[in-house]
Amino acid sequence: MYDIDKIRSDFPMLQDKKMQGKPLVYLDNASTTFKPYSVINAINKYYLEMNANSHRGDYDLCYNMDVEVLLSRKAIAKFINSEVNEVVFTSGDTESLNLVAYGYALDNLKKGDQILISETEHASNVLPWYRICELTGAEMCFLDLENNRATVNSVSNAFKKYKNIKIVALAHVGNVLGYEINAKEIASICHSNGAIFVLDGAQSVPHMPVDFKDLDVDFLSFSAHKMCGPTGIGCLVGKYDLLQKMSTFHSGGGMNVKFDKEGVIPLDAPAKFEAGTLNLSAIMGFRAAIEYLEKIGMDNIHKHDVELFDYAISKLENHDNIIIYNKDARSGIISFNIKGVFAQDEATLLNSKGIAVRSGQHCAKMIDDVIKTPATVRMSTYLYTSKEEIDIFVENLINGGDILDAYFFN
Amino acid sequence: MPISLTNEMMRAIIMDHSSNPTNKHTPSGDGYEKVHMHSDNCIDDLDIYLKVENGKVIDACFEGIACTISLSSTDIMCDLMKGKTIKEALYMIEQYQHMMHEEPFDDEVLDEAIVFVNTSKQAARIRCATIGWNAANSILKDK
Repeated sequence: MYDIDKIRSDFPMLQDKKMQGKPLVYLDNASTTFKPYSVINAINKYYLEMNANSHRGDYDLCYNMDVEVLLSRKAIAKFINSEVNEVVFTSGDTESLNLVAYGYALDNLKKGDQILISETEHASNVLPWYRICELTGAEMCFLDLENNRATVNSVSNAFKKYKNIKIVALAHVGNVLGYEINAKEIASICHSNGAIFVLDGAQSVPHMPVDFKDLDVDFLSFSAHKMCGPTGIGCLVGKYDLLQKMSTFHSGGGMNVKFDKEGVIPLDAPAKFEAGTLNLSAIMGFRAAIEYLEKIGMDNIHKHDVELFDYAISKLENHDNIIIYNKDARSGIISFNIKGVFAQDEATLLNSKGIAVRSGQHCAKMIDDVIKTPATVRMSTYLYTSKEEIDIFVENLINGGDILDAYFFN
Repeated sequence: MPISLTNEMMRAIIMDHSSNPTNKHTPSGDGYEKVHMHSDNCIDDLDIYLKVENGKVIDACFEGIACTISLSSTDIMCDLMKGKTIKEALYMIEQYQHMMHEEPFDDEVLDEAIVFVNTSKQAARIRCATIGWNAANSILKDK
């Protein structure tokens, strides 16, 4: 059984933490997540017991660090079902997508080629591609969404409409509307049309089982901090032959076999992408986060998200003044507005009640054309979110009072 | 304006300026200086217009998208700017900034803007309450 009290006891941020003098209700997990003691202890272990660089010393501490990095890489590979050498450490999802853009797309795209994305994508899966188009003369194309979703059909149609698509890049689960795409079928369509498929897993990998090999995507990116891990670490998982063909992005120590006046011979992937000292404490924390998620089980985490989603929607959908933009998403994200209330004002009112949500466009700045509103409030759950927290959230949405209470009733 | 405004009065003033911002329009004549302002953590996306002649602010208005706090604070700022000398206007902006950051301030010159005295309770919204004021400051400070 899903022991929510036990789970919550694992997180220091859930122990009597207050905001605005009220018990904290943290519902901004699509932005970042809390860390359990085990992750914090793993990070501390680096500084307290391990502190050495990896792959550049002849002493035991250094060797031990190499072992730790390899153990983390293996843990991630097992978690996501990839080969160990298909896991590239990055600073997070954003750097991962930039690595595909600059390491793969820059070399392989030319004038007239096309990159396909959707208007609901996060900035990290839009702006690197814009830059590649500027540099190569390639063209950005946008899916015709179906019910605000990137469907298999909409991707198929895009390949009929645009004849030179070389890269398709989509979020596995959208960060505003929370819809999951059919990544496996979309990957298959991309491949039969000669394109590669880049899957942004920032909002999916933390919340549900994701199988890199089964989906057969070419690249998968995600960040540790959205899955109970530390900030400043993430992954690009890529098919090994593609990684080997890619250019290096950052150059420097730790990524080359040798260099002389003639040039440089890079190491094999993934090392050739990991120039400079790695974020070692975070790599140890990342492994602890994965171990924590595996202990609970990704199926259970997904089920918990869906249960909370259904519970919250059932309580909210009968209130005419609450506009919900993704009632059928059944994921960890609900985007909404209160009629006549500006999103930021609502978020500030909720802050005054101790409830953390996010308002705005959530870095998906083209989505306002899709859902026809300049801003939304987004609440997002995670494995430690309780039904009681949903109750507090719903109660304050329905009977929260006037937005100016945030300034005058504290 | 006395600082003894009740909470209810202050709320009414904010709501009045946000639901009916009389200075929210583009300028009708020439001679306006424009500053574009946007916020990283809010939707606020505003153009602020000031018309300055002979060392005095003749007119102030704005256009754009804004939350309740930025809308009302910018509208009130425009009201208060009109007719002030540059020196008076800059002094008022300075006192407003002090109020935002819970520092001692001269309430005599803030007039209706005193209604934002509680903004620091919602620190994430200080940017909203000052966005129009910062725009005016950037136009006036080098004059």
